[in-house]
Amino acid sequence: MENTQSYEKDRLTFWESLYLPEIARGLGITFRQMFKPKFTRQYPEERWEPEGSYRGRPVLVLEESGERCVACGLCSRVCPALAIEVQAGETEKTKERYPIKFEINMLRCIYCGYCEEVCPEEAIVMSKDYDIIFTDANEAILGKERLLVPVERLQDRLEFLRQYK
Amino acid sequence: MENTTITWLLAEAGVKALIISQIVLVLAAAEVWIERRIAAFIQNRIGPNRVGPMGLLQPFADVVKLFMKEDIIPAAAHKNFHRLAPTLALIIAFSVYAVMPFGDYVNIMGHQVKMGILPDSNIGLLYILAMTSVGVYGITLAGWSSNSKYSLLGGLRASAQMISYELSMGLSLVGIIMLTQTLSLDAMVKHQAGWFWNWHIVTQPLGFIIFLVSSFAETNRTPFDLPEAEPELVGGFNTEYSGMKFGMFFLAEYANMATASGLISLFYFGGYNLPFPQEMLGLEAGSIPLALVQFGAFALKVLFFIFFFVWVRWTVPRFRYDQLMSLGWKVMLPLAIINVLITASVIMFLK
Repeated sequence: MENTQSYEKDRLTFWESLYLPEIARGLGITFRQMFKPKFTRQYPEERWEPEGSYRGRPVLVLEESGERCVACGLCSRVCPALAIEVQAGETEKTKERYPIKFEINMLRCIYCGYCEEVCPEEAIVMSKDYDIIFTDANEAILGKERLLVPVERLQDRLEFLRQYK
Repeated sequence: MENTTITWLLAEAGVKALIISQIVLVLAAAEVWIERRIAAFIQNRIGPNRVGPMGLLQPFADVVKLFMKEDIIPAAAHKNFHRLAPTLALIIAFSVYAVMPFGDYVNIMGHQVKMGILPDSNIGLLYILAMTSVGVYGITLAGWSSNSKYSLLGGLRASAQMISYELSMGLSLVGIIMLTQTLSLDAMVKHQAGWFWNWHIVTQPLGFIIFLVSSFAETNRTPFDLPEAEPELVGGFNTEYSGMKFGMFFLAEYANMATASGLISLFYFGGYNLPFPQEMLGLEAGSIPLALVQFGAFALKVLFFIFFFVWVRWTVPRFRYDQLMSLGWKVMLPLAIINVLITASVIMFLK
């Protein structure tokens, strides 16, 4: 008998058990909420810009002398979803190798960032693009021309990689 | 032009019915918008604002979507009842408007035209109670004809709930009948003419609360919406409905809500009367401006109660089924009976 708890103090008083005063208080709270500021972002007009640590779609870095990629094939090998296809070719520049064909199938890409992590040249980085739209499955296989992005636009991500990798 | 021959009467009733049914349809569409916007504001967000200015065309987009959907009837369902149920629900929801007075009369070209199809029939109240009782059939039929466990349970629960709360609804109206000595709705509204302290809310506060709670239960609105609650019953009695049939249930629910708001404002808040005696406006009785003012007053009251229905939906949590039934039989019914006793004794005392 000693370890039983008394619930008498939790019983509702008569006025409380009517519930109507409580409901009226609740209605007052809800009514006041109607006049407080709203938190909706009007999407196509107000876009959200992610910060440097965000993993968006993978892009190839384009410098003045061309792409940084040497077509080593490490990204293709490490990709868990088998989304990258690289075909190497020879070039006269110092780096000696360049990708003739570099394709990422965005319908397979899982945005994990492994390709960026394994790349020895920092030639493929995860950009900030998150709204990727296709109307046809063939449009989803991005070739080199849609993957090349000038290095000035990728500074946030490169800064993040420098700090944390 | 005789205005008492049967053809003229039918024509007049037909035109009024057409106008009223259009008003109710537009009102149901507006209610969709009202519900989504008010729900959003209560939840600190903006509701639909893309489809028209402030999202006003959103209900029409919803209706177009529902028309485009494929109409699925489960293979094991009873086809004819499955088709009949939403139609029945909708017909009943619209039929109560036949006896609601929207205003006093209007003098058009020498004839006195009453605003409302049959507002002064001397069985108005009985007709309304009868129609709400038949409204149970729509939902029961829907639940049973879908031939699915969840729909059946939802339909049974809904019909039991509606039947239980009809009793307290009827008994709370007995208080009004004792006060006004009539069943005709127009006479009840005229009984509340004058200043706002003539309104029945002042003389029947307990009856008002009982009628309000019973209307929530009759229209299956939160906190009594267990029959159609998604988490509990996967959609309840309208699980197996898609496309426009589902739309018709939706429409019937909103039309019922508008009806209940109309009835609350007619019985307890003075109907089309203004809060002050209408002679103070100086408009002659039967003129069109006065009729418009009366209609406007009624419309404002109905809109306020529709807002109240939506407001309560997004404030109060849902009742469990046993709590709901216990409330209906053990609390509402005794209170309604007590209300009748008190009203009767006060009337006898004051004679």
